[in-house]
Amino acid sequence: MTGTPSSGETEARASVILEQHAGPLSRAMARLRGHNFVVANLLMGPTMLWLVLFLILPLGVILVYSFGSRGTYGDVILGFSFDNYLRAFNPTWLPIILRSFGFAAVATILTLLLGYPLAYFIAVYGGRRKNIYLIMVMLPFWTSYLIRTYSWIVILRSQGVINTVLMWTHLTSNPIEILNTPYSVILGLTYGFLPFMTLPLYASLEKLDKSLIEAAWDLGATRFWALMKVTIPLSLPGIIAGTLLTFIPAVGDFITPDLLGGPNTMMIGNLIQQQFLSARDWAYGSALSFSLMAILLLGIFFYVRKAGAENLA
Amino acid sequence: MSPSTSSSTTTTGAVARRRRPRDQRIKGKGLRAYVAGVYAFLFAPIVVLVLFSFNDSKRNATWKGFTLKWYDALFHDQPVLDSLWLTLRVAIIATIIATVFGSFAAYALTRYKFRGSGLYNGAIYVPLVIPEIVFAVALLSGFNAASVGLSMKTVIISHVAFMVSFVIVVVKARMSGFDNGLEEAAMDLGANEIQTFVYVTLPFMLPGIMAGALLAFVLSFDDFVITFFNSGVGNTTLPLKVYSMVKFGVTPEINAISVFMLLVSILMVLASYKLQGGPPTVVVKDKIKE
Repeated sequence: MTGTPSSGETEARASVILEQHAGPLSRAMARLRGHNFVVANLLMGPTMLWLVLFLILPLGVILVYSFGSRGTYGDVILGFSFDNYLRAFNPTWLPIILRSFGFAAVATILTLLLGYPLAYFIAVYGGRRKNIYLIMVMLPFWTSYLIRTYSWIVILRSQGVINTVLMWTHLTSNPIEILNTPYSVILGLTYGFLPFMTLPLYASLEKLDKSLIEAAWDLGATRFWALMKVTIPLSLPGIIAGTLLTFIPAVGDFITPDLLGGPNTMMIGNLIQQQFLSARDWAYGSALSFSLMAILLLGIFFYVRKAGAENLA
Repeated sequence: MSPSTSSSTTTTGAVARRRRPRDQRIKGKGLRAYVAGVYAFLFAPIVVLVLFSFNDSKRNATWKGFTLKWYDALFHDQPVLDSLWLTLRVAIIATIIATVFGSFAAYALTRYKFRGSGLYNGAIYVPLVIPEIVFAVALLSGFNAASVGLSMKTVIISHVAFMVSFVIVVVKARMSGFDNGLEEAAMDLGANEIQTFVYVTLPFMLPGIMAGALLAFVLSFDDFVITFFNSGVGNTTLPLKVYSMVKFGVTPEINAISVFMLLVSILMVLASYKLQGGPPTVVVKDKIKE
């Protein structure tokens, strides 16, 4: 860790001199000087301890649980079988898992369709108001997801805003059922994760050299082809980052299907919740959680290998 | 920021301009309308909540006149006030722990080059990328395996676990703009390590630390999923209270609580952005320019 012997020597001498002149605390600091490794690890210590105790070990616990089975009283009997992982492919559960990925995929495409023009607008036409436009995208991201989802119940329910307007204008005589359908769940997911898509898109479009688009125009490209051949390919890192940041939480979301969906729109998040809280089959719940995390982390891993970690942030 | 947009027309000749897509302004109008629609989509639900929290009608979505009675009811609803008090205590304690730990870590990661820093840098992103529900059930299983009963303490522990990474990211962003020469200058002028840290480094870090603390507070204050699994019986934070009320049906009181919670989040996030000198992506971009 230390450099050449000579520099170590001078450092040691310096700390001796410092020790003679300073108080005990400075003396301790002086001794630590040149030992970056020790100081840095001391400073990292509390955080790493916390993450190991309350993230890494718990993930280890669910990995162990996932190979076990359910005891009579809802406890976990440890064991070593892959039954819980195979159960996910059971016809009872497979539709729920496929639906989670399907809903999340549709919502991700919708957020891209809404978020790309938004990010493009802020990056290119934002001008002096760029900060305000950005903050307006970020504020919903920082407000309670639960409450933003709840607000859609107020809008979509049978005595809600939309149905009240429809009936008042006599477009329908009876309230139409929007809540508790796949549409409401996908709408909720799209709404909830739109900022997650827009921000990385903006970050990538902002870096884009606008003269390249102008060059495409000057060379005779129409607006559409300049967009398809220049802008979109160059903002691909942002598109991929936004897709990951939207898709991952959307697949695992449980608030939206829980509040805006019904029994036919159950997603994997609800299934995990059910296994842990009502069915009390923690072993199966753990297997579902662990596979969900593993699939998503693998996705990130391959993306990072391909595009570089800096594009994720 | 603005010159890049206006420079487009000045740099090219008239001939070239003729070949460009015709009438960019009109095309821009289409985009503008679309973007206005997207913003409307983003804010419509929030506007609806605010409006209906003042609506003098218990059941329906028709406007029956302005009232403050739902807010008044809120301040006399003891269970709601208890939940608020619990939420504040959890958020304050968790924020203090996460901010201290996170600031230490951010300082270490930006001021020192040391073996293992790459691993640490990766580790702090794990809480940000794993699905929240997996984090939640893993914590629940961990507490169960260690025979730790769920309580307010487990809620605080869980909150710190996901908040600390956010603090580190924000403080790191601030520290990346730090000029090491300042520390060296202080030392050359006779300050020792502690004096240098207290009078030079810490004051520079402070806006970042405050900004990180505010965001951490908001995360804890609003957290539902992780709290839902790790709070045990009787530790109903405000989001849990809202959830159980929503399960019984839509009421104007929930709208009023929602508006209150939105207001808390928005004010704190705006304060945080103010301290960071703008929303994060703008800050990063300005740093690159420098």
